[in-house]
Amino acid sequence: MGKASLEVTRGAAACGCAARTAAGNAREASPQDMARVREIISRLRDRTAPLLPILQAIQKEMGWISEEAMVEVAEALGMHPSQVYGVTTFYTLFATGPKGKHVIRVCASAPCHVPGAGAVLEALKKALGVEVGETTPDGKFTLELTSCIGVCGVAPAIMIDDQVYGNLKPADIGAILARY
Amino acid sequence: MAKVTLTIDGRKVEAERGMTVLEAARLAGINIPTLCYLENLNAIGACRVCVVEVKGAKALQASCVLPVAEGMEVWTNSRAVRASRRTTVELLLSDHPTECTTCIRNGTCELQALAESLGIRRVRFEGEKHGGVPDESSPSIVRDNAKCVLCRRCVAVCEKVQSVKAIGPQERGFETAIAPPFELPLADSVCVNCGQCTLVCPTGALHEHDDSELVWAALADPGKHVVVQTAPATRVTVGEMFGMPPGSVVTGKMVAALRRLGFDRVFDTDFTADLTIIEEGYELVHRLQEGGVLPMITSCSPGWIKFIETFFPDMLPNLSTCKSPQQMFGALAKTYYARKVGIDPADIFVVSIMPCTAKKFEARRPEMTDSGYPDIDAVLTTRELGRMLKEAGVVFDALPEEPYDDPLGVSTGAGAIFGATGGVMEAALRTAYEVVTGKTLPALDFQSVRGMEGIKEATVNLDGTELRVVVAHTLGNARKVLEAVRVDPGRYHFIEIMACPGGCIGGGGQPIPTTDEIRKKRIEAIYRVDRDMPLRKSHDNPVIKVLYQEFLGEPNSHKAHELLHTHYQPRYQYAQL
Repeated sequence: MGKASLEVTRGAAACGCAARTAAGNAREASPQDMARVREIISRLRDRTAPLLPILQAIQKEMGWISEEAMVEVAEALGMHPSQVYGVTTFYTLFATGPKGKHVIRVCASAPCHVPGAGAVLEALKKALGVEVGETTPDGKFTLELTSCIGVCGVAPAIMIDDQVYGNLKPADIGAILARY
Repeated sequence: MAKVTLTIDGRKVEAERGMTVLEAARLAGINIPTLCYLENLNAIGACRVCVVEVKGAKALQASCVLPVAEGMEVWTNSRAVRASRRTTVELLLSDHPTECTTCIRNGTCELQALAESLGIRRVRFEGEKHGGVPDESSPSIVRDNAKCVLCRRCVAVCEKVQSVKAIGPQERGFETAIAPPFELPLADSVCVNCGQCTLVCPTGALHEHDDSELVWAALADPGKHVVVQTAPATRVTVGEMFGMPPGSVVTGKMVAALRRLGFDRVFDTDFTADLTIIEEGYELVHRLQEGGVLPMITSCSPGWIKFIETFFPDMLPNLSTCKSPQQMFGALAKTYYARKVGIDPADIFVVSIMPCTAKKFEARRPEMTDSGYPDIDAVLTTRELGRMLKEAGVVFDALPEEPYDDPLGVSTGAGAIFGATGGVMEAALRTAYEVVTGKTLPALDFQSVRGMEGIKEATVNLDGTELRVVVAHTLGNARKVLEAVRVDPGRYHFIEIMACPGGCIGGGGQPIPTTDEIRKKRIEAIYRVDRDMPLRKSHDNPVIKVLYQEFLGEPNSHKAHELLHTHYQPRYQYAQL
């Protein structure tokens, strides 16, 4: 599970298709998207406990998991949508809506909170002009919170896609964002 | 089973290996308080109310998921245990709208009772509260997540008993909500409205949609002729709302109580249950003789109807086209009865007293207007009736026993047993035997279709013709039967299905608590009602005979089809949202 999660993170990062967020907030999947979802399901459905691998693959290849995709997965696996939706919304690395090209995750766990994650978050909100959970109007960045990312030694820390930045002060934010 | 001996609160207790400490303690008469635990359905150690101290264990243990072991030493009420329980419940209360005096579950809430029994007089914690606006989209069930303690009993009953899985835990941590997927309102989900979740919910988070105000308004309107029908199962349960023991037969008192509320006529759904037997019986004989779709399946239980529409739409032709007794009653009240008493059906207001939350949904189905009006104007569950009677100050215990009104109050024992699993089948067999063979049935009681077993098969000899029948209650068992029929369509001729465990006596609108033990007592009471009736076969009901002579013509006539039969709507569980 740990390894697979890491892949999801990288997938979300590397995935160019996530850029179509900019097109608006439409949470509908196109027929082409659904063909890809069906292809993913048929590729992975015979694995042991296939739900998570399928959701991970959809997340990785498509950037997010649509309601139509969840219904398709439920039907294929003989599950009910309430179960698939429950699993999808449980894991913060699964997205139920389109996201920006780059996802910024600010660690909200205690070791980052104590040395100033709050101020870093405020600096990010100000620089991007969005609140937590929102995407910038140009579709470039989505701002999120995350649980511990395992780099408490360099707290406070954030991740942008799969790149970690640590020992942050609010003043560092401008230079970091300028790289993207 | 191998036995182990453990010590609970200093007492030697013998238990079977594999049992939990909670079960062993209860068997020994030691009560450990619980909240999320539900016997046979939900033992997940989530709420931490049932914690106990175990010698050698580092932390307190949740007794509902702790297996017994040889030599184990357990304390169920040490100071540490009591402090932990108190903190747990205080934390729950800190995130709970403690509006107990105005809550629908005031007096039947398990969280309230727990706080009382733990002696909590103050909540030391304050914090954010979860929740939001109650979901009142469903005509049957209200979801008020602010009162949810996340015990997951509703999820367990919806999945394990009913195999519906309409709701589940969504999101995570403080955001967790028990809900349908995709933030759908309950009305747009696959929920079949059975209301079993409202029976197991410990708080007011899931409850019936209260329609009593509609009925109070009609009763106060001098221009309305307000008639009421009472479902078979309500006469053996409404007494529980007034502290009477489960299994009390209160037919006459209930009739008297309804008159005290001001109903103009008190009629009986048992009458249209008898009528259902005639219509459904002739439909079955017709299907058998003319090569119609078999097996034929009963259609009285509206939770079951939405279930088959949603999960087995391909099998809808197997359903009897008969409306349920509730809906037959409404259609006749606003046609036959209206004409007989010379009252404009527009001025007749029909109320049903039902053991069932799904009946509220059924009454609002768009096709249930064959009288030219909504056939049923308001449906009240047993619980709502109990509350109305309390509000009106009716002293239930002290009421005399009064008879139903004529003509729609005349019924037989066959109508009464509709309230228990197997009852519709037994009533149908009593009539089918005599109609098909022309002989008098030697013994009226069909024991093989009675009782709490989930799926009951029987073969009945109709004077040389073998009729293979099966009775199932709970939708999980219904699913098994339908899957068996898909594999072997010739396996049965006739199937009875009731959505709720035990049949209507265990319906989602029945008094709380409703446990299996209570269900058994209510079933015994239903068969006592049957045994004590002068007439016990639907085709012997004299008013049914008059109804056919004066109005319907003959069973399955054109007029009967127009008023008493219906059609169904495929819904598809994976329909695009």
